[in-house]
Order: sequence, then C-alpha cells, then structure tokens
Amino acid sequence: MSGRLSPRNAFVAGVITILALVPVYAEATGNTFMVSLFTRIVILAIAAVSLNLIMGFGGMVSFGHAVYLGIGGYAVGILAKEGVNSGLLQWPLAVVASALFALTVGALSLRTRGVYFIMITLAFAQMIYYVAIGLDRYGGDDGMTIYKRSQFGAVIDLSNKTTFYYLCLALLLAAIYLVWRLVHSRFGMVIQGARSNERRMRAIGFPTYHYKLVCFVIAGMLCGLAGVLLANHTDFISPALMHWTRSGDLIVMAVLGGMGTVFGPVIGAVALLVLEETLSGITEYWQIILGPLFLLVVLFARGGIDGLLAGMRHG
Amino acid sequence: MADALLEVDGVSKRFGGVIASDAISLAIPQGELHAIIGPNGAGKTTLIGQLAGEIVPDAGRIRFEGRDITALPIFRRSQLGLARSFQVTSLFVDFTALDNVALAVQAHAGHSFRFWRDARSEPELRTPARAALARVGLAGRGDVIVSNLSHGEHRQLEIAMALATTPRMLLLDEPMAGMGPEESARMVKTLRELKRELTILLIEHDMEAVFALADRITVLVYGRIIASGPPEAIRANAEVRQAYLGEQEEPHA
Repeated sequence: MSGRLSPRNAFVAGVITILALVPVYAEATGNTFMVSLFTRIVILAIAAVSLNLIMGFGGMVSFGHAVYLGIGGYAVGILAKEGVNSGLLQWPLAVVASALFALTVGALSLRTRGVYFIMITLAFAQMIYYVAIGLDRYGGDDGMTIYKRSQFGAVIDLSNKTTFYYLCLALLLAAIYLVWRLVHSRFGMVIQGARSNERRMRAIGFPTYHYKLVCFVIAGMLCGLAGVLLANHTDFISPALMHWTRSGDLIVMAVLGGMGTVFGPVIGAVALLVLEETLSGITEYWQIILGPLFLLVVLFARGGIDGLLAGMRHG
Repeated sequence: MADALLEVDGVSKRFGGVIASDAISLAIPQGELHAIIGPNGAGKTTLIGQLAGEIVPDAGRIRFEGRDITALPIFRRSQLGLARSFQVTSLFVDFTALDNVALAVQAHAGHSFRFWRDARSEPELRTPARAALARVGLAGRGDVIVSNLSHGEHRQLEIAMALATTPRMLLLDEPMAGMGPEESARMVKTLRELKRELTILLIEHDMEAVFALADRITVLVYGRIIASGPPEAIRANAEVRQAYLGEQEEPHA
C-alpha cells in the first residue's frame, strides 16, 4: 500500500479489476455459473479478511471463525421463516447477534493463549453447530430453504444476481478499507504490539485484554455480515455453514494469501476456491493436489502469495 | 521515610524452597539513583518484578508516592509513572525503532480506542518518540526495523521506551548487560543525564558504572539486604566485601 506501482500493487489492482469484470465476462459468454462462483468467493473473502484481522494482525488464531457465518446466516433464515423479511431489520440483528457471541467467546478465550485459545474458540463454534442441528423448526440437520431474500424496498433488489454480486464486491472493498484503517490506527498499533510482545505492551501501560476483545468483536461482526450475504446467496441455511472444516478453510485462505497483509486473504480466497473448482473438474481426488500446494506455500513462502509479490519489489 | 517516592516495606517472596525476597524494606526518595547489587541469584530481578507488578509478593507492601500499589496490575503502575526496562531485551522486533517508542508514548496519551486516523502520521505520538530516541543517542536510527539494530542499540531503545512513558521513576534491570566498554560508557553518560530529572532504581553488574552513578547502594544476598548506604560506606563495609566484592578487583570510582 505504498502508493507506488510495485508488482504487488499492480497485482492487487489487477485482481480487483478482474473481480469487477466477472459479470461482464459472464454476460458475454453466457456462463452464468461464473457469477455464482465469484459471489461465493467474494463473500468468503470478506470472512477471510475478518479472520485475518484477529489472526494475522492480532495473533489470535481462532479455529471457530465460521461460526459467525452460521450466526449471520441463521439470523437471516430464522427471521425470514418468521415473516420478517426486511433487510433493515435482518442485517443489523445478524451483526448484533454476532457481536454478542464474539463478546462472550472473546471474554473467556482471550484469558488463555496458544493451543488453549484455539481449542476454546473451536469448542464454542461446535456448540453453536450442534444447537443449529437441534433447531427442528429451522431445518435441523438438513437445513432450510429461504424463500425470500432480504428486502430493501425499492433501493436494491438482491434477487438480481448481478446486483447482488456487485453489492458483495462493494462490501468486500469496504471491509478491506475498514481493516486497513483499523490496523494503521492507534487501535491497530496496540493489536499488532500485543501480537509481537504482549508482556512488553502491558509493561508500557496497555490493558491489552480490552483491545484484543474489541478487535475480536469487530472481526466477529464482519464475519457475521459475510454470513448474511452467504445465506442470501444460496437461499439456504444449514449447520454446514459453520462446520469446523469451514473454519479451517478460512484459516487456509488467510495463510495462503498472506497473513498480516490487508489484501492477502482476498488473494487466498480466490486462489483456494478457484483451485478447488478447477481441480475438482479434473479429478475427484483434487485435495491430493491442493494439499501439497498448500504445503509448499507454508514452507517456502511464509508471507503467502502476497509475500511473494512484495518480495519481487526487491528483485 | 515519609517523603520517599518509592517505599518497600517487608516485601517477601518465595519460590518453593528458595527465598527470593526476604523481608526487603527500602525507601527511595525523589531524585535518588539507587543501585541494587548482589551476586547472581540474589533476587534482584525478582525484586524489580514485584516493584513493576509482574510478580505478586507473598507479604509486604509497596507504596509509590504514598499510594499503596501492591495489588495494582502492571499497566496501572506504568500509568502512575513507574517504568521498567527489561534485563533480557523485550522489544517489538518487527516494528521500527520509532514505532516502538511511539507505542510507549501512545500508552500514556489517553485510551487507544481510536480506529481511523493513521497513528504513524500523528505528530503528538511521533514527536515525543523522536525526542526520546535522541536522548538515548538513537536519533538517526528511528526508521530501522528493530531486529536489524545491534545489541547495544537494543539496550538504548529499552531506555528510550521507558522514557517515552513520561515516568516519575525508572526501574532499570541491567541496562548494560552484554555491552562493550564503549557502549557502556555511552549508557553511563545517558543515565547521568537522566538522573537529573528522574528517580532511578538500577540493577547492574558493572561495578564501575554503579559506583560512578549511584547516590546509594543496597546489597542483596540470597534475597536479604546485607547493607545499604552511600557508595563509600558500601565499599568500606566488611560484610559486603566478604560476601560479594571480595572476589573482585577493588572498584574504583
């Protein structure tokens, strides 16, 4: 983000341009599946960006981040089922629910660190997963179809696929901008300082726990919003939204793209989901190819794909 | 005793069978540079840990400006003006030197729930941070990532960070550890300047530096104070010479 046209900035600009042109390309070739695939990619990129805020910048490895996709999604689904279709009610309620859950989980888990933090976040996510399975009225294990997407009156029609895609993309860019401002602000300096050396942060006078907790809540809200979008995209909710493997996918996206950089998780989301899509078209054992690829990135490109690009600047 | 800035009263700490602090009492008046010396394992770092708030004493009271701080967490003590540096350098290694000090400034510039403005462009953080760097002789090194600085520079940066919290009192844990003679001399010069405006508690193995700087010296052996007084008295103290200084060359101040 130095402002100069480094290979990395050019790449970021290229990715954004490609994302912006997806519906145009789909229109021209008649490949409507493209828009659907990329809507999904953009939504999961928002979730990965939010995870990266706590994991990449704050050093808080949450292994239950997909739970907010579930909370956001179920908020929309449950309200729709009960006849509340207004997005102006659904969306804020979903985000507030995510915030409250993040506050509870964070308040407990942030007193621990390392493996214990990972296990507590996972445990809470699994708890909600099984609660969702038990919700017979809302589909239980099988999930439930949402018959009407969130309504915003005449302002915007979410059932138009192109409109919906551009809304998701705009929200992704807004999320990236938000995180970028956050990590460079005083608040962000505290979060990054706590990742780097929490003991010293406390010694110079920061009550790090409070800052980390607020950061955890912000990330949860952002991911809750991604859940709202995902439910509207698939017109369907099920406990699978927040299965622990989904949390793992989000971590993979952040690591693959590059933790600790604002745009990295977007590259990670695009790379992972496009690879998944292409490889699964070639062989049903696509994970055998994806696994070693991921291993190579972790071993040889610690900064992820974004790190490789940043490195090119120095030749 | 009444106008001591820092008052330690009967502080005791034991780790299993080891008595690290044995009913330690100290009163450090405003403006004094008080050195604590003693052989390895005498409990010097444990004492500083209790003063800074990282270790909770088993017994005893600690008062700062007359206020009982025994139960206050470390970040609250820092906010009151009690700053510590670490024996093992403890910095934010992936930040620049200036970022490190600016964070210390920020810690004492109100709350940090400010989410929007670029912290690196705030003069109210950067200017005092640059001043603190200049005071320890790191003026030109602000933009260097900390992991690329030398060991001596790390030690200087430690002091700059403590200074940036606008403390009333510094707790310095072996600021000269691992330094070459030239770096040590520069540190002595820095400390001598700081001494004019700050109360300092100094733990140090470099006897030459201690006797050159200290107003009073306390000798700690096995967690117990065996002597406390001005440098001349400590040098002349038979018990101290036997327990500690005896094996070393006569310190010359």
